[in-house]
Amino acid sequence: MQTIKMKNNTYLLDGYSIVGPLEGKGPLKDYFDYILKDDTLKEKTFEKAERKLLENIVTGAIDKAGLKTSDIDFFFGGDLLNQIVSSSYTARELEIPFIGLYSACATMAESIGLAALFVDNGLAENALAATCTHFSSAERQYRFPLELGNQRAPTTQWTITGGGASVVSCLKSKVKIVAVTFGKVLDFGIMDVNNMGAAMAPAACDTIREHIKNMGRKTSDYDFIATGDLGKLGCEILFDLLEQDKIILGKNYQDCGCMMYNKTQRTFMGGSGAGCSASVFNGYILSKLKKGEFKRVLLVSTGALMSTTTNQQGDTIPSIAHAVEFEYVGAQNENNLAAAQKPKNENFSKNSLKNSKNATKNAKNRAKTKKGEKK
Amino acid sequence: MDKQKRNENYNIYVESKVPKTKAWPSLFKAFLVGGIICAIGQGFFDLYSYLFPNLAESEVTTCMLMSIIFITCLLTGFGIYDVIGAWGGAGSVIPITGFSNSISSPAIEFKKEGIIYGICVKMFTIAGPVIVCGVVGSIVCGFVALFI
Repeated sequence: MQTIKMKNNTYLLDGYSIVGPLEGKGPLKDYFDYILKDDTLKEKTFEKAERKLLENIVTGAIDKAGLKTSDIDFFFGGDLLNQIVSSSYTARELEIPFIGLYSACATMAESIGLAALFVDNGLAENALAATCTHFSSAERQYRFPLELGNQRAPTTQWTITGGGASVVSCLKSKVKIVAVTFGKVLDFGIMDVNNMGAAMAPAACDTIREHIKNMGRKTSDYDFIATGDLGKLGCEILFDLLEQDKIILGKNYQDCGCMMYNKTQRTFMGGSGAGCSASVFNGYILSKLKKGEFKRVLLVSTGALMSTTTNQQGDTIPSIAHAVEFEYVGAQNENNLAAAQKPKNENFSKNSLKNSKNATKNAKNRAKTKKGEKK
Repeated sequence: MDKQKRNENYNIYVESKVPKTKAWPSLFKAFLVGGIICAIGQGFFDLYSYLFPNLAESEVTTCMLMSIIFITCLLTGFGIYDVIGAWGGAGSVIPITGFSNSISSPAIEFKKEGIIYGICVKMFTIAGPVIVCGVVGSIVCGFVALFI
């Protein structure tokens, strides 16, 4: 079956999100853990900036969860750059066993899903799922130079600068991971790379339909259903597609890409990129889940799996969507939590601080030795 | 329903949903921006003819083009030209300023990959097709003119 239900108790310990300056002016600004003032992060290139962004996200998440880097058994992650360099280079600094993933913008749900399965089956105690994107590095790779004075098609989306990381654990927390659905790759023959929403909507539709069917639920059973980055047009198409299967999406449905920006920010159909669902989930959705304002949430990250080469050679755009279901279990666990975890947490956070300092020291040393070699 | 038919239907459906660019506002903006750029060019032309009365008309034109191209490169470097381009559309692309922008912007962007593999290789990624088509077109026209 496409949907895998967690057998044991697998929890989402905590999440951390960082977004860029433009995203930090959007409607969700109060929910993100950190908003960058400078999107270069004082690095020389945007690729290096993206790497540093992911590093900050990952260390932030580990700190926030009250763990040390050495407590993390596996790091699941990916990004949009060729050969997923941002994630690999981040893993180089962290020295956590790394499982690199690529599902384009669906990477967040895929990595949480896999991390949850590892934890659920006792292969790991704590696993980390992280991804991020950077507007400028993505533009460089997929589209035109930043300074080119061109116009965008009205159906384009805006790759966000930002990302998020989640710590999946067997330690109890208020948020439980219930089930994961890994999607099929679907291709409905869309060729326009400026219209990703239309290419991804069928995949989102299929995954949502399979998930709720396999779980025996209705869409109204969820307090919140979020798709990754379909954009305004993609959402409208998703409504229509699901209606054909007699599944009605209500007001509990929103798209992370549409939530990211204000109408005045001229981002056309809304945000996109792997970091989009990652930051909105770990920022907005998770904080609502932890407070119990959302009791049951379905996160459906969507990704378009083409490359610039396939597109230029006239191939259509295949797409994928993965879904993860979360549940608020705070009320049952709160007492246990308070008793079991508080004293531990203090030690952890001290250690994790030390640890992050060590990590930066290591990086600095490495940079020094590199400079030495050059001389 | 077989896949091909499904895809065709889906594409037709999506096409009906896609928001269209409004023609008249775009045309107006393009006319305004293009007009202003050309007026600035004419301004330079008049200025140079006034300052250097000894120059031939073709030489004044060359000086004017050089000035305009230089200003565009500068505006591209300061990140102003892409804002003008995003607003003005074809109005900023069709004059020689668009050409200048399309060469200078990848040069700036790919400087980080080094002078040879970055600037030299990538500089013509956008302007290259225009140059090739221009050269081929002029050869064809030259041949036609030869036989007429």
